[in-house]
Amino acid sequence: MSELNKLGLAEARDALRKGEVTSVELTESCLKAIDEAAALNAFVHKTPEIALERAKAADERIKKGNAPSMCGLPIGIKDLFCTKGVPSQAASRILEGFKPEYESTVSQQLADNGAVMLGKLNMDEFAMGSSNETSVYGNAVSPWRRGNDDAQLTPGGSSGGSAAAVSADLCLAATGTDTGGSIRQPAAFTGITGIKPTYGRCSRWGIVAFASSLDQAGPMTKNVRDAAIMLETMCGHDPKDSTSAELAVPNFEGMLTGDIKGKKIGIPKEYRMDGMPAEIEKLWSEGAEMLKAAGAEIVDISLPHTKYALPAYYVIAPAEASSNLARYDGVRYGHRATLAQGDGITEMYEKTRSEGFGHEVQRRVMIGTYVLSAGFYDAYYNRARRVRTLIKKDFEDVFAAGIDAILTPATPSAAFGLGEMTEADPVQMYLNDVFTVTVNLAGLPGISVPAGLDKKGLPLGLQLIGRPWDEGDLLNTAYSLESAAGFVAKPVNWW
Amino acid sequence: MSIDQSTAAKVAKLARIKVEDDALPALASEFNTILGFIEQLNEVDVEGVDPMVSVEPMRLKRREDVVTDGNQQDKVLANAPDAREGFFAVPKVVE
Repeated sequence: MSELNKLGLAEARDALRKGEVTSVELTESCLKAIDEAAALNAFVHKTPEIALERAKAADERIKKGNAPSMCGLPIGIKDLFCTKGVPSQAASRILEGFKPEYESTVSQQLADNGAVMLGKLNMDEFAMGSSNETSVYGNAVSPWRRGNDDAQLTPGGSSGGSAAAVSADLCLAATGTDTGGSIRQPAAFTGITGIKPTYGRCSRWGIVAFASSLDQAGPMTKNVRDAAIMLETMCGHDPKDSTSAELAVPNFEGMLTGDIKGKKIGIPKEYRMDGMPAEIEKLWSEGAEMLKAAGAEIVDISLPHTKYALPAYYVIAPAEASSNLARYDGVRYGHRATLAQGDGITEMYEKTRSEGFGHEVQRRVMIGTYVLSAGFYDAYYNRARRVRTLIKKDFEDVFAAGIDAILTPATPSAAFGLGEMTEADPVQMYLNDVFTVTVNLAGLPGISVPAGLDKKGLPLGLQLIGRPWDEGDLLNTAYSLESAAGFVAKPVNWW
Repeated sequence: MSIDQSTAAKVAKLARIKVEDDALPALASEFNTILGFIEQLNEVDVEGVDPMVSVEPMRLKRREDVVTDGNQQDKVLANAPDAREGFFAVPKVVE
């Protein structure tokens, strides 16, 4: 079998079971692809020794029979996940040199199930960004190009390294995290599948915190079946995360029947934005037609507070970030600034955080500090939390009216060029998350499925939003959409 | 609400991030752009709406108030930029 790195999780799992391939062979194929793809800057800490050791153990386990689904499958881990003994920096200078003494629950569950870690993946610093341009490691680069134009494009963000790596077949799948769209937007930009589960499905323990009431981990994969397989391994109750749900995790893959007859799919009118590119509009209506042809009923719905989701997010997320990032003080881990004669502890904090945090992170920490400060807490933070209640209620109302899932575009455009947004004000960059951020505020599961190419040959994705805790049904609807869309395009290897 | 340079300096101080004086005008201007965007929230009628405290209606789990972990001083200190004699070391604090 050639080019094993190009396999998906399900295909590789089945080949491993049949003895057609070994985990060591799969892993070596990925390690080679990673070494050849330095230009993408996707893997920022490679762990070939750990990978081969785990691959050998997985091969033994598979030989004995009854190995779990993920056993022997090589994957990448976003740098936001703490991995024992392996640098885990959240793509920030302030965590330079940090090697955790512990393993995140999600990456531990993947490892316990035999998954093979190939290394750590690039991302926006502290997951704050939509283009992977805020990383201390430098930009991750999309394997996709606009036809013959060799301009470098963003793989999206914050899980940009994960998206680039999966799309370029450097690994079979990768972990991502999603606070406002950080799994779904990069998945859409690179023609892969990404699901953010219901808030509380995956343990947040050991994942560097950005905005704790919004953060969720999820898989980024080559297709919907792979997403179902990997999500099941990542989910589950964890006593170490008090917000993790004590609910049984269903067999998501077993729920992929492709039958969506009679399902009610909502099309929210508020997502039809002014100035939306015609291609996105067309993709969206084609997606609705595909679901209709598969037997679903298409229903026009209204989510009246949609417009306020991004402004509410840009109060709540920075507020939580300013609190979470207070821990980076130069005392317990990571970077500490060199001090001048006579500098005290306050100067140490200020210089360390000024040197250690990049520009976007500093800006968000300060915005968060401002909206939480005395005199403004009610006007900004409490108001945003009230609006969040209303946003969630919008969704509750449509689900109560019998809607099973909601179809929207995943992003307002295809991938843009690296550096193209540098001159824009920060709000322009924030608009990338306009279709995804509502889902985090409401705690719902959302999945991005590649559905077509724009006229320059770049992938476009559609998003499906499901009822809380109903990832199985959501994945099944996504599976039906995927089959109908028949997206098979891959980037041409230039790297 | 408009943020001037002295407010920007105050916020930077509260956030314990050193910002040079010559960077304050640009910072204040960025704050104003973002806060201008956030101001849209004032259009929403939130009368009688409770602020969200938990996105999924679940009660935080309780456990016995007992020690479940500990005795790993070496591991706790392993990543410290300056650890001495079993402690984190910081510049002298004189109030």
